[in-house]
Amino acid sequence: MKILYFAWLRERLNRGEEEVSPPAEVATVGNLIDWLAARDEAFALAVGKRALIKAAVDARLVNHDAPITGASVVALFPPMTGG
Amino acid sequence: MTVRVETARFDPGAETNAFLAAGKGAGAAVTFTGVVRSLPDDPITALTLECYPELAINQLTAIVEQATARFGLLAATVIHRYGTLLPGEPIVQVMTLSPHREAAFRGAEFLMDYLKTDAPFWKQETGPGGTHWVEAKAEDDVAKARWE
Repeated sequence: MKILYFAWLRERLNRGEEEVSPPAEVATVGNLIDWLAARDEAFALAVGKRALIKAAVDARLVNHDAPITGASVVALFPPMTGG
Repeated sequence: MTVRVETARFDPGAETNAFLAAGKGAGAAVTFTGVVRSLPDDPITALTLECYPELAINQLTAIVEQATARFGLLAATVIHRYGTLLPGEPIVQVMTLSPHREAAFRGAEFLMDYLKTDAPFWKQETGPGGTHWVEAKAEDDVAKARWE
């Protein structure tokens, strides 16, 4: 599974994307954020407040309880500031 | 219905004229253009927008479809740029077409309120004090919530 990072999350992590292989019990976006934070303290610090982080699964905007099973691309990013 | 996410500078007047020409006899067209702001008490030298283009197309298409159905629009266009922009350059243009002005105005406002919070763009300002990410504003969430 590919993970994309944008804006200040990308900067803090010093990478725009990475390949990960979470175990099967990592079933939702929220589980994935917890799993990434548990394996890497720098990630936990970069993310800060979990509730602030937005997500998309295969280029569809979703909530943290959305399933990621079978997804190819999960994107994690801060609140959007377009317009 | 047209959605464009691109880096090149667009000509707001030419876009408006093309939209009006395609609209033929419809009675009301509204155009909103968002421009890079640099004010004397808060000057910036550049605005850089980061984008997730694939998600932006999906989100903007969904928002335009929603606005078209809700306000009975005859046509709607959203153009949104990303990359590095200078003060005075256009960032975003929203255009709506309807038989009457109220739907055209409301449709354009709805599109702007939704795309501010729901389209994957992130602004970074560069000014005399350096470069910083623009924080999401609570009033943008309030502006969107009034349509719910």
